[in-house]
Amino acid sequence: MLRQALARDQIRLYMAQSALLSVLAVVIAADRNLPDLYVLAALSAGLKVVAVPLVLRRLLGRAVPDEEEPAGVAGSQTLSPASAVLAGIVLAAYGFFCAGALGIHGPAAPATALAIAAAMVLVAFGLMIVRRDVASQAIGFLALENAISLAALVVAAGLPLILETAFLFDLLVAIVVFGMLIRAHHTKAESLSTADLTRLQG
Amino acid sequence: MLPPRAARVAAAVTVAAGVACFGLVLALVPAAAHHDLSYLSYLRVDALSAIFLLATSFLYAAVAIYAVGYLKRHEELYARRFYAGLNLFAWAMLAAPLMSSLALLWIAVEVTTIISALLVAIEDTDGAAEAAWKYVLIASAGLSLALLGTVFAYYAGSQVLGEHYNLAIGPLIGAGAHLPHTPVRLAFLLALLGYGTKVGLFPVHTWLPDAHSEAPTPVSALLSGSLLAVSFYAILRFYQFTAAALGSTFPRDALLAFGLASLLLAALYVFGQRDLKRLLAYSSVEHMGILAIGVSFGAPVALAGVMLHVLAHAAAKGNAFMGAGVFTVKYGTKEIPTMRGGLDLLPWSGPLFLLAIFALSAMPPSGIFRSEFQIVYGGLAAGHNVAAAVLVVLVTVAFFGLTTASTQILFTPAPRSLSAAAAGPSDRGEPSAWMVVPVVAGIAALFILGLHPPGELTDLISRAVTQLGAVR
Repeated sequence: MLRQALARDQIRLYMAQSALLSVLAVVIAADRNLPDLYVLAALSAGLKVVAVPLVLRRLLGRAVPDEEEPAGVAGSQTLSPASAVLAGIVLAAYGFFCAGALGIHGPAAPATALAIAAAMVLVAFGLMIVRRDVASQAIGFLALENAISLAALVVAAGLPLILETAFLFDLLVAIVVFGMLIRAHHTKAESLSTADLTRLQG
Repeated sequence: MLPPRAARVAAAVTVAAGVACFGLVLALVPAAAHHDLSYLSYLRVDALSAIFLLATSFLYAAVAIYAVGYLKRHEELYARRFYAGLNLFAWAMLAAPLMSSLALLWIAVEVTTIISALLVAIEDTDGAAEAAWKYVLIASAGLSLALLGTVFAYYAGSQVLGEHYNLAIGPLIGAGAHLPHTPVRLAFLLALLGYGTKVGLFPVHTWLPDAHSEAPTPVSALLSGSLLAVSFYAILRFYQFTAAALGSTFPRDALLAFGLASLLLAALYVFGQRDLKRLLAYSSVEHMGILAIGVSFGAPVALAGVMLHVLAHAAAKGNAFMGAGVFTVKYGTKEIPTMRGGLDLLPWSGPLFLLAIFALSAMPPSGIFRSEFQIVYGGLAAGHNVAAAVLVVLVTVAFFGLTTASTQILFTPAPRSLSAAAAGPSDRGEPSAWMVVPVVAGIAALFILGLHPPGELTDLISRAVTQLGAVR
């Protein structure tokens, strides 16, 4: 995700991540006999694999005409692809081993899953930091949310359904607001870049 | 010119809702001062939440009245959107302290972020779009960390209370001593950083001055006086069960570090600030730092000071923003150097703004003087001599910054019009009486808090202190 130059590929990666997460939820549900989790997996699959990418694509489609797409978010990288990959690996490794050292074992999944979640959190923050366009930053936020869902699956599989649903609903609202602000930003600045958002300082 | 019918109805409904909410919370106070109330297993009010409810609903009522005057110059569509957002924002903030579980609390705080980001963007200027984007991204990312903290809190709770634990706050505090240490420690730090983003603690305060200065003034007042406090309430909930599990040293040290850093940063930025609303925004960072330090002192008298400070800060900061709003409407700018001769031009708002700034900088007899005095006294009593001394010095620095700016605005005579058109307004008078009344009410509230807090309120505060300090 850190490396991908095209917004479409980023969205595709986000879809894959979300799909994996839903599969994991189904596996845990079957393993530990938690019927609630099936519903949750279905909801999150519907929302994150279908609805959110659709909304994001439509927003980007309106913002950047197709023929210009390669230039869409490509110019927003502050790191070269190689450094981005390296930074991603370092962040992920750091998160992975730190979380491994905590010794928190969930009942549902191995402790490695939590370590992966920690790595995902750090990479998502990395994405938000190194990219200079609103779309990548929004996807970074969504990936962060995915990471936390994973952590929640690992250590809190039994969380009541109503709370999970509320989280998902909240995510939906957040997407709508992100979308509105992306559009507002695009009409104002004529680009998706945040490089010119420097007026407010001090 | 009278506003169109729909906007007038919206204004009337908003004012009624604001005043009604304040009335209802006032009616809750005597009950909450003596026992915890809970309904439907989702709603729960104890003394601690009642204090934050009181601060929020007071400001909601004041801002609802103020907005009537503020919106006179805006078209109907803007007014309708504004009222819808304002009410939803205030209700979300009122919902947060009512929630019985950490998860619902998180959802309520996240909803406040979303709605207030839209309200920040409502001005439809470049600055507003930038501020709203920064705000929604930074605050949402911060709240994601708070959610992670909540997940760890669930993990800790489920180790003791079983799989079907629903993150309710009461049982978690009750289970305190049996909670596993590492997850609790993680949960507290993540929540402190996450909710701290919304409180405006250094170094995650960066969205705050932007959002506060670009939002419409009534929204700035709510953001500053209520929203920051509501987020601080969330931290206090985490503090409660963390102190129960680990003893109070660890959470207090963390709060002390964040509090001192925020206070230092804010005191320095208040100096030489050119934008009136940014000045007040940094003053909010300062006061949130004071709250964090006050909790870290841990002495009962300091905690009582913190509770009083939440109330007094809501009134004083609301007043200062509402006063600043009158100035920005009158002069058509937020730049301090272009505002001059305020006392001559604004016969009511000028002196009231001066009083609000003095109250904010803890001059007696305002409520903030009393609360900060208690915090410092508590700090000295608990042996935190250095921290208390630093607190006093930095508050004094901020006092100089605030008063310098406001005396420039109020007492420097308006330049004798070289070019009458460019020199700004020359007619004496208030933009609207609606924008004066709530400020008068705020000053009255501050004096009451400072001189003689009502008995019911004192009971409420001392019960909240027992709840916070019950675990050593």
